[in-house]
Amino acid sequence: MSRSYFKDKEPVEFKGRVFAAMLLVGVCFFLLAARLWYLQVFEHSYFLELSMNNATRLIKAPAPRGVVYDRVGVKIAENRPGFDLYIVPEDVKDWPKTKEMLTKLVQIDEEEINEALEKSSKRPPFQAVKLKEDLSWEETVRIESFKFELPGLMLDVSPKRSYVFGEATAHLLGYLGEISEKELKEREDEGLYSSGDLIGKYGLEKYFESDLRGIDGGKELEVDALGRKIRVVNWIPPYPGNNMKLTIDIKAQVAAWASLHDKVGAVVAMDPKTGKVLAMVSTPGFDPNTLSSRITREEWRAIIENPLNVLNNRAIQGQYPPASTYKPIHAAAALEEGVITPETKIYSGPSFWFAGRAYRDWKEEGHGSINVHRAIVESSDTFFYQVGLKLGIDRLADYTKRFGFGTKTGVPLHGEKSGLVPSSEWKRKVYKVKWYEGETISVSVGQGYMLTTPLQLLNAYAAIANGGTLWRPIIVEEITTPEGKVISRAEPEKRGELGISEKTMSHVRDGLRGVTHDEGGTARFLSRTTDLKIAGKTGTAQVARLIKRTKNIESIAYKYRDHAWFAGFAPYDDPQIAVVVIVEHGGFGASAAAPVAREVFKAYLGKEAPPAGVEGEAAPPETAPTAPDGRTPSVIPISAPGVRQAVPEESLND
Amino acid sequence: MIDRRLFTHFDWAILSVIIALIAIGFASIYSATHAQMPSVYRKDVYWIGIGAAFMLFAIVLNYQYLERTAYFVYGASILLLISVFFIGSSFGGAQRWISLGFFSLQPSEFAKIALIITLARYFNQKMVPDSGLGIKDLIAPGLLMTLPFLLIAKQPDLGTGIVIWMIFWSMAFIVKIRTRVIAGLGALFAAMAPIGWMFLRDYQKARLTSFMSPEADPLGSGYHVMQSKIAIGSGGLLGKGFTDGTQGKLMFLPEHHTDFIFASYAEEWGLVGGLIVLGLFLALVVSGLNTAASSKDRFGFLMAFGITSMFFWQIAINLGMVMGLLPVVGVPLPFISYGGSFLITSMIAAGVLLNINMRRFIF
Repeated sequence: MSRSYFKDKEPVEFKGRVFAAMLLVGVCFFLLAARLWYLQVFEHSYFLELSMNNATRLIKAPAPRGVVYDRVGVKIAENRPGFDLYIVPEDVKDWPKTKEMLTKLVQIDEEEINEALEKSSKRPPFQAVKLKEDLSWEETVRIESFKFELPGLMLDVSPKRSYVFGEATAHLLGYLGEISEKELKEREDEGLYSSGDLIGKYGLEKYFESDLRGIDGGKELEVDALGRKIRVVNWIPPYPGNNMKLTIDIKAQVAAWASLHDKVGAVVAMDPKTGKVLAMVSTPGFDPNTLSSRITREEWRAIIENPLNVLNNRAIQGQYPPASTYKPIHAAAALEEGVITPETKIYSGPSFWFAGRAYRDWKEEGHGSINVHRAIVESSDTFFYQVGLKLGIDRLADYTKRFGFGTKTGVPLHGEKSGLVPSSEWKRKVYKVKWYEGETISVSVGQGYMLTTPLQLLNAYAAIANGGTLWRPIIVEEITTPEGKVISRAEPEKRGELGISEKTMSHVRDGLRGVTHDEGGTARFLSRTTDLKIAGKTGTAQVARLIKRTKNIESIAYKYRDHAWFAGFAPYDDPQIAVVVIVEHGGFGASAAAPVAREVFKAYLGKEAPPAGVEGEAAPPETAPTAPDGRTPSVIPISAPGVRQAVPEESLND
Repeated sequence: MIDRRLFTHFDWAILSVIIALIAIGFASIYSATHAQMPSVYRKDVYWIGIGAAFMLFAIVLNYQYLERTAYFVYGASILLLISVFFIGSSFGGAQRWISLGFFSLQPSEFAKIALIITLARYFNQKMVPDSGLGIKDLIAPGLLMTLPFLLIAKQPDLGTGIVIWMIFWSMAFIVKIRTRVIAGLGALFAAMAPIGWMFLRDYQKARLTSFMSPEADPLGSGYHVMQSKIAIGSGGLLGKGFTDGTQGKLMFLPEHHTDFIFASYAEEWGLVGGLIVLGLFLALVVSGLNTAASSKDRFGFLMAFGITSMFFWQIAINLGMVMGLLPVVGVPLPFISYGGSFLITSMIAAGVLLNINMRRFIF
């Protein structure tokens, strides 16, 4: 056998093998060409879409919310630019590192990141997920400088809510927060919201959400493989929300807040001629600017766990016994029903005995024989005990309801409470027992079961001031589109007429003028320190029964101290503003609440500059003989036989 | 040495094909890198210049000198491959380069040429039975291949290793292997595949598994293939236009100017551009095979066939992997992918091919 198979042959003799190789080459090139056709023609549209997804990112451009102005056009809520941090999960290359760096750079822990991703699990691919709202300047710089190491992160500017007067308008304007799963579902049909959006959570921001919110736009960005922005491909501009002009007078609002912010309570003011709310403050307040964006878990916890219920708007949600501020309403009922005349004098001693019990007056020495005018001026309890018994609970309840108590005022805010007007029928229904006369005695002076919100009381005093019209409180004067077209303008709306004669009303008003002007009036200092012609009534709502009669409130534990009221209007001959102040556990109405009201009157009516942040003139000392309150924080045994303590302390704050 | 008759036989067509491929390669490298790393396409100009000089030398020098120096060339290439482990610089987990100042030499590229020359000489002088090479006949040339193969696989450079392996078997096939041996070895390699698997690095395993289903993990190891397919597919019939491809320019496509350059090219030039490149490669391979078949001696035949098989396997493996038909094994595309040593090696190989072709009638 030849061993020279190859050596003997010339290349041309291998043509057969070369031809076989040629066939293999041909088949391979045919396969490659077919594959190329398959990818580029047959599957072209699929890959084209993928390539576009690859390079484009959708970022929402939130619409600026409507600007809110006060009644004269001062901006009280506007928008400022702020940076948000987004993440495009598809672009993240190294999750553990990214998470660790995020914690280090902007203090978002892994839990929060997972939460954010979880929430947006239904988003279209390559849509950015918001990780953190409104970064601080330092955080923005840090992220910017580490951007290249952390693919998938993105910064974008969006309008942020700014409340110009901060805490002073906190409860009124409310705040924004991230939309919850539930809210998202409720607003699904509107098609305007998606997960991570901000929505009004409280106050006017919540009530007028649909007006204030605009229509979000969007940005289509071209990005590279590391998610870095190359250019904006497509830009749909957002359409801003409607602007709102309020009836609020920011001078009065700030004055109210300034004199109340270190206390717990509420101030509401209203134009008695129209029902337009001029001021609404509740304390303790919160900072709506932090709450709307940068709030941390700890800060939020501190707010919701605060025993003082920071998120309670006491002006509409706090229900308190009206105490002595109720006496003018009682007087109007008695006069109108003819139970007494303006001249009727009743002996009003230091205590009134009924059914074997002594119902005491706040004044140890009593008032002597007085008519209704003096009874209002001096805030006599024993006078009204006796009148109340003659009038009877049901007639009293009827008149009380006419003043708007016991039903919601209909103010455009969420969570308003309706208060309580007790009657024999009500008691039968709720407690299944009959009404005791002794309870009438308590209700006569605004204690017992009787509950009102500060706004309801204001509404009633506005009706007294304007001669008998009960207005529905208005807060929003005008809503306009961003172009300035008026969408709606507030028209004063009547809740009802008191149906009480002008004669009666003028007697009551005269009594209220007496409180601040007459000798022995409980708030006489108001006419001495100002010339604003204030008429009003003080009140001290009892929180707990106390054994000891004392005028030294410092000696009483804070939570047992009485609530201090002041309700009034000015000027008494042509009322422009009605004000109600409550200071929880403030002690005497005259010393704690009336000075706050005076600052509001001054800010609204006075020519002088509003004393923003500055305490007004010092309130008279507790012991000043001219300024005792309608009731002492002690003494009066409210509970008639068989009636339980009507207003437990906890329920007051509710 | 230089015979005027040579010019009359010079194959200008093959040269044109090669120049066209290099031009397309440069344009693609420019498009892929001008925005992000412009130094790359500028360097490519040098490589083309240096490559052209080597190619001219490879054309002019009578290829028969190669036969004489074959074992010396082989020894030098082995030394270079060994030296990589001592003086080599590593990049991306592999130690493949020897730094020569401005130029990083990649010895594994030159080792391919050295192996072709050596095998051509070996088979040229080997007495082969009519029935073909038996097992025993394959041991010696097999060792010649295995030595550089192991050194390259150790770097690790799986792609070049596979190409060397394919060159060996192609050349052995053209010499003729016994049918029994082909069948037996085929069965043996199939059985050994699981053992070879154990020697692979994790990323190499991942590339092989992700090839089966790149969509399963598009951001992990299937990323290369997925992005490559997106680039090619989104190009469509006519492409997105020169420098308008988003996949490459925005860096979604990894290695968009080296191994995956065909994807960025096909994205911008579409099916039309893709078929042009396929056509040019087909012309190169077919004329390479014709050069082999018409060469005047057996050494020329084996050299030409070895070089052509090197080009062919690189083209087929690279395009197969870029289009998602084969696993990702890191084989560059001749004349088009960026890479100094690779371009120079390819141009030298092309020069030798032209050399053989030109001298086919000179005895």
